[in-house]
Amino acid sequence: MKQTMRADSVLSIKSLCKNFGGIKATDDVTLSVSRGGIHAVIGPNGAGKTTLIAQLSGQIRPDSGDIEFDGRSILRSGMAQRARAGLARSFQITSVFLEMTILENAMLAVQGAQGHSYRFWAPVHNDHELADIAMDHLMTVGLHHRSERIVSSISHGEQRQLEVAMALAMQPQMLLLDEPMAGMGKEETFRMIEILSLVGAEKTILMVEHDMDAVFSLADQLSVLVNGRVIATDSVAQIRSNPEVQKSYLGGSCVKD
Amino acid sequence: MAKPSGTRSVKVYLGMLFLLGIAPLLFQWTNQPFLLDLLSRGLIIGIAALSLNLILGYGGMISLGHVAYLGIGAYCVGIPAYYDIYDGWIHLSLAIFTCALFALITGAVSLRTKGVYFIMITMAFSQMIYFIFLSLEEYGADDGLVIYARSEFPIWMNMEGAVSLYYWIFGLLILTLFFIHRLVRSRFGRVIIGSKYNDLRMQSLGFNTYGYRLTCYVISAVICGLAGVLLGNFTSFISPEMMSWTRSGELIFMVIIGGAGSLFGPLFGALSFLFLEEALSLITIYWHLIFGGLLIALVLFGKGGIDAWLSKLDK
Repeated sequence: MKQTMRADSVLSIKSLCKNFGGIKATDDVTLSVSRGGIHAVIGPNGAGKTTLIAQLSGQIRPDSGDIEFDGRSILRSGMAQRARAGLARSFQITSVFLEMTILENAMLAVQGAQGHSYRFWAPVHNDHELADIAMDHLMTVGLHHRSERIVSSISHGEQRQLEVAMALAMQPQMLLLDEPMAGMGKEETFRMIEILSLVGAEKTILMVEHDMDAVFSLADQLSVLVNGRVIATDSVAQIRSNPEVQKSYLGGSCVKD
Repeated sequence: MAKPSGTRSVKVYLGMLFLLGIAPLLFQWTNQPFLLDLLSRGLIIGIAALSLNLILGYGGMISLGHVAYLGIGAYCVGIPAYYDIYDGWIHLSLAIFTCALFALITGAVSLRTKGVYFIMITMAFSQMIYFIFLSLEEYGADDGLVIYARSEFPIWMNMEGAVSLYYWIFGLLILTLFFIHRLVRSRFGRVIIGSKYNDLRMQSLGFNTYGYRLTCYVISAVICGLAGVLLGNFTSFISPEMMSWTRSGELIFMVIIGGAGSLFGPLFGALSFLFLEEALSLITIYWHLIFGGLLIALVLFGKGGIDAWLSKLDK
């Protein structure tokens, strides 16, 4: 029984803890993400969602607990090492390279996945090994026809799409998406939901998200994070009818909105 | 990213290189040996500025200790010469090896830090070297060391005369420009530029940026060290003073007013810096005042530096 469980989950988080001063940002989180699904983590502001993602990607070291990716502990690996192992992260605050073109951004992500970059002589701009793969992923998010645009001149929604294309261009096993819908309008959100459901058919996704419509239409599994603790993990339908969740999060957020 | 230059500014660059190439003939014809001297010096400092630009302009690593490598390169001529070793190949290899080693060690430490801390620690390391040479009585301490003869090379590439030394400098300049041009457009260069804009993001894309930045730092130091070998030969005299941190500050100024992150900018910066210094000091003894004012104006109003003005030609 345990064997099949292990084989089924790509990422398993075990009793993860992180304190900042006296605040328990991550409080004994245990979570398992099964292969091929979209697993969403929801929770109010300050619940520790980004902190959790940062620990998974290697940006922050947890105080205790363990993270297994693909059956092996990645706790000792740095950010770059985890990225190359197949765990790609997108950021809540858009962090694409504004000074470069869309294509250059995507090519950089492809380059990151292609072994070392101690190549000092051949120019990148006619490197088809990079450009072709990059274009494929830009096509997935619908940016291929604008690939020569400088990123600072495109809309916020398009920058978020580029962020997803870059995560894909790293050819990961699994994507960690930190609020992919952040700051988007209605129409841009629809577009992103479309893109993510396409991507989710092929890759495992763990996403943190505020937008409930997006979460309910995309996710297979939901975990609710409150004050650093996971108070429930279940299917979307179950979570929606869970009274504790209603009380502590869903109800509250509806009133506030 | 490194923007492709338009055709007009490329013509300006090539024209300038052509002029630099025939400059010794012009100066001989007009009988102006002093100008050849000034230009030789300008190009050596220009190469040093180009090497600093590789880490500062492209890589975002602001080093306030880069002249240490200029000094080490010069002492790699001076100290062997003190023991009557004049073989130029020995001088060159010694400079490359010493600069690479020193850059590897100090870079490994400095690059653990960011921003102001990186500036301070590079300055500290260069001051260390400065005081080491200041205390070496054997090699003249603060009186410096006279180099009685230039590095020896096979006859067809000797650097004995002022003109042949100039062509050595010009040759290294061309090689440096071409090398940097290729480097910043390669995969390696993209990683360096990317980590200037957002180092964290580069790591999350799978790049172990520390190793790339350290490599870039070492390359830059070696180029600066080679310029130092030429400087030692040019001045025939070396002293610790040329490694003082204020010199590193001047080098940063040259990179900024020329245009950080552009291929030719730092060369323009170095040349205009030295020529202005020279010209103003002819006019008045209070030239520092005017010079300072000009530098402030350049930084305030000349965004992107001299190179940015030139690329306006393409619009």
